[in-house]
Amino acid sequence: TSLGEVNAFSPSMPISPSSMINQYKFEDEPELKDLFITVDDPESHITAIETFITYRVVTKTSRGEFDSSEYEVRRRYQDFLWLKSKLEEAHPTLIIPPLPEKFIMKGMVERFNDEFIETRRKALHKFLNRIADHPTLTFNEDFKIFLTAQAWELSSHKKQGPGLLSRMGQTVRAVASSVRGGVKNRPEMFTEMNDYMETFSQKINVLDKIAHRIYKEEREYFNEMKEYGPIHTLWSASEEDIADSLKGVASCIDKCCKATEKRMAGLSENLLPILHEYVLYSEILMGVLKRRDQIQGELDSKIDALANKKTEKDLFSEEIGKLEDKVECANNALKADWDRWKQNMQYDMRSTFTNVAENNLRYYEE
Amino acid sequence: ILSFRAVESQCEGQCAPVDSLWRRYSEFELLRNYLSVTYPHIVVPPLPEKRADFVWHKLSADNMDPDFVERRRIGLENFLLRVASHPVLCQDKIFYSFLTQEGGWKEMVNETGFQLKADSRLKALNATFRVKNPDKRFTELKHYSDELQSVISHLLRVRARVADRLYGVYKVHGNYGRVFSEWSAIEKEMGDGLQSAGHHMDVYAASIDDILEEEEHYADQLKEYLFYAEALRAVCRKHELMQYDLEMAAQDLTSKKQQCEELATGTVRTFSLKGMTSKLFGQETPEQREAKIKVLEEQIQEGEEQLKSKNLEGRDFVKSAWADIERFKEQKNHDLKEALISYAVMQISMCKKGIQVWTNAKECFSKM
Repeated sequence: TSLGEVNAFSPSMPISPSSMINQYKFEDEPELKDLFITVDDPESHITAIETFITYRVVTKTSRGEFDSSEYEVRRRYQDFLWLKSKLEEAHPTLIIPPLPEKFIMKGMVERFNDEFIETRRKALHKFLNRIADHPTLTFNEDFKIFLTAQAWELSSHKKQGPGLLSRMGQTVRAVASSVRGGVKNRPEMFTEMNDYMETFSQKINVLDKIAHRIYKEEREYFNEMKEYGPIHTLWSASEEDIADSLKGVASCIDKCCKATEKRMAGLSENLLPILHEYVLYSEILMGVLKRRDQIQGELDSKIDALANKKTEKDLFSEEIGKLEDKVECANNALKADWDRWKQNMQYDMRSTFTNVAENNLRYYEE
Repeated sequence: ILSFRAVESQCEGQCAPVDSLWRRYSEFELLRNYLSVTYPHIVVPPLPEKRADFVWHKLSADNMDPDFVERRRIGLENFLLRVASHPVLCQDKIFYSFLTQEGGWKEMVNETGFQLKADSRLKALNATFRVKNPDKRFTELKHYSDELQSVISHLLRVRARVADRLYGVYKVHGNYGRVFSEWSAIEKEMGDGLQSAGHHMDVYAASIDDILEEEEHYADQLKEYLFYAEALRAVCRKHELMQYDLEMAAQDLTSKKQQCEELATGTVRTFSLKGMTSKLFGQETPEQREAKIKVLEEQIQEGEEQLKSKNLEGRDFVKSAWADIERFKEQKNHDLKEALISYAVMQISMCKKGIQVWTNAKECFSKM
């Protein structure tokens, strides 16, 4: 059974790879896009054990390393989780985009509520596109497999390599080491990042709450307004002279109601999801910083060990050399990614709040 | 024509300490009661509410709250202006002395003995009188006044809730201001934009106070007509009562005439216990019957004169009441239209302010 239809929010798909290159030239991305992904068409599947939703993932590309120029596969949420964990494993100090949450806390009884599915679909769509836009992640092998493999191919590929547990172990070690105070010798740049993220995380969480509160207040306002207009119409029935004026007021109030609905829709489609993403991002970034610290921690502890054991110097120095490289790579990767993230964040915030302002302008003009 | 200066100086006496305010209000009440009783055919302007009603959370229900006191003062002033501009009421001597005489006014009013004229039945709002031939116009008017009262009070209740919610929306935006400001501290490029946008959010949040203050005046205008509905109903009741008395008097007269006829002709047309008992237990003497007939004939004479004057009274009442009702209707239509227009103007101004704030905010955001 198909639960949703492809709606206006999935960007229209270009017909051929070559035509895409002309169509999609983004001002903020000097490189031309050669990988287009959409996530749509949620379908529910019922088996003896469970019920789950799959989403259609359509990829169109002109890249050489892809065997074909078009792919269509179906993926479920679990598959996205897998992809994310593989990416984190492969690039511990890169900023992997957020996935929508598994469950929503507040009063969601039905997991397969239409609104929930649509919100999730949009978030998954964004997730894949952000990876595609990332200069490093876009060439990740697991990403390619995710986009192209048939269901059975993907399952068998998943079974290879270190599983979820090892990744969890990595993060646990990372957290542990930072708790142990593995932050000595941390380059200043990263301390600054840490401080920034702490404050940012705080602020973005508060903003998220405020935005939700505004939405709630607007909804309550809308509910009361719905009753307000009809009273004037009722009154006009008892009057002669002023009946028209009253009816006029009633219709104006109804228009205000509709305008309020639009304003609310603007919030829930635009501001709320973005703020939510950045709440998730702030968690992701804290994790990334911790992992970086952990990698550095490994290096530091080896250096300490070397200071104590003079004998196996050669072996150690090779190891240390490797680790130093690792740390340097990690640091550079993070720095570059950080800059990129901040730019994107700025852009997102700017456009989202501008959008809010525009919505409000439209509301008042109406 | 009364000089308005006199009106104003009276109202300035309102701003005296608590005790005297309450006394004053009660004197207004006394004045109004006097006018209602003395001119029952007039739709007497209503007083503003005694206690704060239709309150939403920011407005205090406290009668001592300065905003409430001020609005009530305006209401009382309005009441006096209404009376002063009424062609009949403005000529009343008691009203005149209310405006001009400091002491002893209360005694003067009580001396008129108006309380005796007051029909206690008018106060019994729920009592129904089986009136056979009321003037249809009054019946319709009573329905109208009921409808008006119900619809306006509903409207005021919902408006209060809407105001409450709107207040909430605006005020939460104020939180943006604080957070933006704190956030801007850690940002380099976005900092300025955020900071100034935050300032605009604060302006936005603060603007609702004035907006809703103005709306209260609109609500007060509607409230006046809510209370006017009561005054309308009072006139209709008066008509009902007069009509009822008239019909009762006519009925009484008819039955007396019948009794007289029966006694005179000796026929019993209607069954009566008295008639039966006198048949069973012996007849009256002709002298006794003659006496009774004479008494009845006198009563009938009186009754017919009373009925005539009651009829005349009733017709006069209907005529003069209806004239005032027409005047009232015109006033009401004019006032309500103006009120609705001013409400629309208020809404437009609110939107204009909104446009200004969000245009500024948008500019700040786009510079982030």
